[in-house]
Amino acid sequence: MAQITLAKGLNQGLRAALEADPKVIVMGEDVGKLGGVFRITDGLQKDFGEDRVIDTPLAESGILGTAVGLAMRGYRPVCEIQFDGFVYPAYDQIVSQVAKIHFRSQGKIRMPIVIRIPFGGGIGAVEHHSESPEAQFAHTAGLKVVACSNPVDGFHMIQQAIASDDPIVFFEPKRQYHADKAELDESVQPAALFSSRVVREGSDATLLAYGPMVKTCVQAAQAAADEGQSLEVIDLRTLSPLDLVPVVESVRKTGRVIVTHEATVNLGLGSEIAARISEQCFYSLEAPVLRVGGFDTPYPPSRIEDDYLPDLDRVLDAVDRALAY
Amino acid sequence: MNAAVSTDELTDWLRMMTLIRGFEERVKNLFSQGLVRGTTHLATGQEAVAVGASAALQPDDWVLGTYRGHHHALARGMSPASAFAEILGRSTGVCRGKGGSMHLTDVSHGVMGSYAIVGAHLPIAVGCAWSSKIQDLGRVAVCFFGDGTTTIGAFHEAVNLAAVWKLPAIFVCENNRYSEYTPIDQVSPVAHAAADRAAGYGIPGVVIDGNDVAAIRDAVDVAADRARRGAGPTIVEAETYRHGGHSRADPATYRPEQEVEHWLQRDPVAAVRRQLEATAEPGRAEQVETEASDQLDRALEEALAAPEPDLSTLTDDVYARAL
Repeated sequence: MAQITLAKGLNQGLRAALEADPKVIVMGEDVGKLGGVFRITDGLQKDFGEDRVIDTPLAESGILGTAVGLAMRGYRPVCEIQFDGFVYPAYDQIVSQVAKIHFRSQGKIRMPIVIRIPFGGGIGAVEHHSESPEAQFAHTAGLKVVACSNPVDGFHMIQQAIASDDPIVFFEPKRQYHADKAELDESVQPAALFSSRVVREGSDATLLAYGPMVKTCVQAAQAAADEGQSLEVIDLRTLSPLDLVPVVESVRKTGRVIVTHEATVNLGLGSEIAARISEQCFYSLEAPVLRVGGFDTPYPPSRIEDDYLPDLDRVLDAVDRALAY
Repeated sequence: MNAAVSTDELTDWLRMMTLIRGFEERVKNLFSQGLVRGTTHLATGQEAVAVGASAALQPDDWVLGTYRGHHHALARGMSPASAFAEILGRSTGVCRGKGGSMHLTDVSHGVMGSYAIVGAHLPIAVGCAWSSKIQDLGRVAVCFFGDGTTTIGAFHEAVNLAAVWKLPAIFVCENNRYSEYTPIDQVSPVAHAAADRAAGYGIPGVVIDGNDVAAIRDAVDVAADRARRGAGPTIVEAETYRHGGHSRADPATYRPEQEVEHWLQRDPVAAVRRQLEATAEPGRAEQVETEASDQLDRALEEALAAPEPDLSTLTDDVYARAL
């Protein structure tokens, strides 16, 4: 069986989607001939042609607006935003049109658009290229937001997102693109797109993560095991809607939970998740829900990036604080 | 250009322009009577643009308009009853009462939406036009917008996209001289806010009398022919005037009286009426006006009698339902 990277998983997933449905169109800046700056669309234009894998001008608002028109006409556009921080020129189209046209037309017009965003830091690429804007989209009714964390999920989730009739903002952890390999067994049925998943079982505290923080949390749990602490790690995968069923089950078991993300803590996903856990697990909690995330600053220069990103130590410090209650 | 206009055409134009004007007068009253909360943006004085452009289009072509868009939707055949119902928030409205005055949408008539974010719909029109090119449908997408749109980034992104891909799009600027409340010449560095920009994208830009239905029809006809041949988009700038303010609440006192008077003398509905009276038998114009008025009265009555959406539907259709 093939060992693939996240980049390859996404590439193969896009390829499968293009093969499965002639209405799927891949569009974005340099996605064609170059195959995208991260090579996620490598080879797709060569195999599917310039009408289905399109190099657009640098015009994020124009790209998303065009995708809206195509979606109205029955297409399933997949738009690549080259870097997270480049999505803001398209923000108006995403929030004011993509998210609202289905509701505004009361279901007469669907918006099956996937907006792929490489997100997060860790590649020395400074602001505009290292950001985590997922909460800004999760806050918008009408959008769905997911984040993949590993090659196999990348392969399946991108296909599931493209097949969805709702608009989906699809976050890809760019520092994981070429980092680790995993075995892809296509005979294994994938989990539902809007489901979270326990990736490591434990009993003392629960770590919640998505995207690039899943790996950090698994490493933290391994390190904690050496100290005799048993940490459960859940990959949230879907940020809107949230799937808290495994989370609630876990918190009832551990009584302690730490939400992690690279995005700034203030009003990040962790805030909403903490609120819901306090509502649903109040009598199970042995400690307040803690959050570990980026500092409330713009993304810093690469020189201090490693100090900015939540790492294993910051996660384990939070675990110790939770266990001290 | 300026193909002869037949009496039948003039009759159709007067009928539609009277319908649009009467529709908007009734809409204004609905707001004044408190039957609808909020505001509405009337196109009174600009009817010729929508009617002239529609006269050049095929039934399966697409149009996209703005929050000042009742005239575009009606000119393309949206039923006045379902448009009234939409504005009144009734369940029989074109968007089942949840779009409202600024969002009239009716895909079955090629009305691919009205948009209240200035400039947002130009790239959306590009997407529609692109679908025509990919599938070789020979259909064109006409995007109506105001002069104020030319200062927004999406205008330039969309025109560039359509030009570089030679898409069958027609960008029709209804230049009513005011970017909301500010005269366009205060915020645009070029005399013709839309058409002068065409050169920058290597496409034709034409300026026409936006109160002359035949002139608009002819300009859009040329643009549509070019678009269907695969030669790409055109910018048509129609010079017209908004008889009222930006929105219902705006008395528009910032406009010079002489300017307003000048344009009221050039009322496009009165112009078509005079043309028809000069060629048709006596009484034709009155008959058309009476029929349009009766049609509107019936449509409004029907809309007012329609039920409001049940409160239980408040959260419906935020997301797609399984088919």
